[in-house]
Amino acid sequence: MTATDSKSSNFGVVETEEMVLNMGPQHPSTHGVLRLKIRTDGEIVTHIEPHLGYLHRCFEKHCENLSYEQVIPFTDRCDYLASMANNHIYALGVEQMMGLEVPDRVEYIRIIMVELQRIASHLMGVGTFGLDVGGITPFTYCFRDRERVLDLFEYTCGARLLYNYIWIGGLSHDLPENFVQYANEFLDYFEPKIDEYNRILTYNKIFIERTGDVGVLPADVAISYGCTGPVLRGSGVSWDLRKNEPYSIYDRFEFDTVLGTGEMGTLGDCWDRYFVRIQEMRESIKIVRQALAQLPEGDVFEALPKKVRPPEGSIYFRGESPRGELGYFIVSDGKNVPYRVKMRSPAFCNLSVINEIGAGWMISDIVTILGSLDIVLGEIDR
Amino acid sequence: MSGFDIAAALVKVLLVFGVTMLTIMLMTLAERRVSAFMQYRLGPNRVGFGGLLQPLADGLKFLLKEDIIPTQANRPIYLLAPVIVMVPALMTMAVIPFGAPLQIGEHLVPLQVADLNIGVLYILALTSVGVYGLVLAGWGSGSKYPLLGGLRASAQLISYELAMGLSIIGVVMLTGGLTFGEIIAYQQETGWNIWKQPLAALIFLIAIFAETNRLPFDLTEAEQELVGGYHTEYSSLKFAMFYLSEYANMITASAFMVSLFFGGWDVPFVDELAMGGWGVALSVLAFVVKVGFFLFLYIWVRWTFPRFRYDQLMRLGWKVLLPLALVNVVLTGFWLVWRAGA
Repeated sequence: MTATDSKSSNFGVVETEEMVLNMGPQHPSTHGVLRLKIRTDGEIVTHIEPHLGYLHRCFEKHCENLSYEQVIPFTDRCDYLASMANNHIYALGVEQMMGLEVPDRVEYIRIIMVELQRIASHLMGVGTFGLDVGGITPFTYCFRDRERVLDLFEYTCGARLLYNYIWIGGLSHDLPENFVQYANEFLDYFEPKIDEYNRILTYNKIFIERTGDVGVLPADVAISYGCTGPVLRGSGVSWDLRKNEPYSIYDRFEFDTVLGTGEMGTLGDCWDRYFVRIQEMRESIKIVRQALAQLPEGDVFEALPKKVRPPEGSIYFRGESPRGELGYFIVSDGKNVPYRVKMRSPAFCNLSVINEIGAGWMISDIVTILGSLDIVLGEIDR
Repeated sequence: MSGFDIAAALVKVLLVFGVTMLTIMLMTLAERRVSAFMQYRLGPNRVGFGGLLQPLADGLKFLLKEDIIPTQANRPIYLLAPVIVMVPALMTMAVIPFGAPLQIGEHLVPLQVADLNIGVLYILALTSVGVYGLVLAGWGSGSKYPLLGGLRASAQLISYELAMGLSIIGVVMLTGGLTFGEIIAYQQETGWNIWKQPLAALIFLIAIFAETNRLPFDLTEAEQELVGGYHTEYSSLKFAMFYLSEYANMITASAFMVSLFFGGWDVPFVDELAMGGWGVALSVLAFVVKVGFFLFLYIWVRWTFPRFRYDQLMRLGWKVLLPLALVNVVLTGFWLVWRAGA
C-alpha cells in the first residue's frame, strides 16, 4: 500500500515512505464513527479513503417489516440531528402516494418545526466546526442556544432528540399552550446571538486563516459528486429544493437562498460552507416568524388516516434537510408494509467528495474539511 | 557560608517548590472553573468548598489509573520523557525573584533561591530541555499520532526559541546584565521595560504561548487532530506529569514575563526597600498579582481562539516574529548609542 519515494539531498539519497494513518472510528473529530484511512507524506495528506458501516443498523431492511407509520421513528434515528426533517419528508412522500390532503394548520406547524430543527442542526454544525479548528468556546455557545430549540420541541412533543412528531396525515400532538409566544421569544433572543458567533468565530483572524482558501470545492465537482445543501450552495450553486421545487407550503414564505461568495478566499472553501450555515439560520428565523404569524386554527388530527395502505406503485420524494437533498424512494405493493424503502442521504454524497478536496492538504485541514461537510454518521450508514 | 545562609536557602527552596506545586494545583482547577465561567457552565464545584479539593481528587484518580506501556514503545525513552519534561519545568522557578530582599537581623535575604549570574540564559536553556521531553515522548511511544506531535514539537521549538531569545536581547542590552536582580533593579530606577521595549514584550508574549504549547499554538497536543499528540499513549501518573508540567511551564513563563517587562516585584512609585517588612509583603503581593494576571491571560486566550496550523505557526515564527525581533535589537542598539553620545 505504501509508496516509496527517494529524495536526493546534500547527504545523498534519502528513502521516504508514505505513512498510513488510521483516523477513527475512535477519533475526537470524525463526528461519530467514521473511519478515514489517510496516506500521508509527513503532514501532507496524499489520499483519503472513508470507510463506512460502523453505525449500520439495517434501516432500509427494517422498513420492509414495519407498517408505514412504524417507519417514522426509524427515520428519526437516521439523521439524528435533524429528526424533524426526516419525519417530514418521509411523511410527505407517503401522503403523496396516498393522495392525502392535510389541514393547513398541520402544514404550518410542520414548517415551524422543520425550520427550528434546521436552526438546531446548523448550530451543531457550526459549533463542532469551531471545535474542529480548535475553538472550544463557540461550541458551548451554540449548544446553549440549541438547548432552547430542544426545549421548545420537548414542550411540544415530549422528546428532545428523536421526536416521532410528524405523522402520516398529521402530527402526534397539537401545539401546546403559548407555544407561539415562546417560539417568538426564542427567535427574538436568538437573532442577536448570530452576531455573537460572528464576533467570536466567523471573523476571527485565525479562523479565517484556517478555513479561507482551504478545501476549495469547485461547483462542477460538487455537482458531479451529487453534493447538496450548504456544501453545494457554498460553492455558489443556487440549488435549494425549498425554492427550486417548492414542496409542502414553502412557496408561501419569503426567504432567500444563501450562496457562498468567496469573501475570505476562494469560492467554495471551508469558510464559505460554514458561513452559508450561519446565514441560513437567519433565513430559517424569517420563515418561522412568517409561519408563526400566519398560523391558522384547526384540528390537526382530522386527516390522520385509519389505515395507511398506499396503492401499488412507487415514489421518490425529496426535500431539503439541513444537510441537503434528503429523498425517500418508497415502493408499495398495496399492503400496509412498504415493499422497499430506499433513503438518499445527503451526508453520504457530501462525504464522498472528501478525497477530491482533501488530498494535498495537511492533517489539520482534513479535520477542518470534514467539519465543513457537516456529516452525520447515522444517516450515512443508516 | 554561615548556618543561617544554608537554613535560609533551604527554607526558600521548600517555599518556592511548595508554592509552585500549590499554584499548579490551583491552576488546574482555575482552568476548569474559569473556562466554565466563559462557557455558561459551572465546572467542578462539588469537591470541597467551590471545588477547591478537586485537584486532590484528580491526583488520586491519576494514582489509581492503570499504567499502560504500549508494546511498541521504546521503554527507556518512553519512561524518561515525562521526567525530562517535569524536572526542568520545576527547576526554572529557582532564579525568579519573588519579592524585595528581606532584612532578618543583620542578614539581608534576597527572596530568590539562586541569583545566578546567567539567570536569563538559565531559564531559556531549561525550557528548551523540556521540549526534548515532548520530542522523545512522541518518538518513544511507538505510535503514529504521538510521532506527529513530536515532529511538530521540534519544528515549533526552532521557530520560536529564536524570536524569544532575540526579544530578550533588547532587555539585556538596556540592563547590561543577565541576572534578574540587575534587570529588576534597572526597572525600579527607570521604569518598567514594557514602556521601553513594547515590541519585544509583544514578541515575547506570543513566543511564550508557543513555548508552553498553549492554544492557539498547542499543535503538539492538538486534541482534535492528533488526539492528544505526544501524550496520546501516556496514562496514569506519567500523563499527570505532562499535565502538571504544562502548568508549571505556564507559571514560569508568566513569572519570566513579569520579571523582564513588568518590573518583577516592583510596585511603581513605592520604595519597597525603605518600608521594611511591609515593603517586602507588598512586593510579594505585587509579584503574585502580576503573575496571576498572566496566568489568567493564558486561560482567557486558550478558551477564546482557534488553533493555528503547523505551517502557519512556522510562517509566523520565521517571517514575522524573527525579523521584528531583529529590528527591535537594531533599534535598541541605535538608541543606546544615541543616548551614550547625548
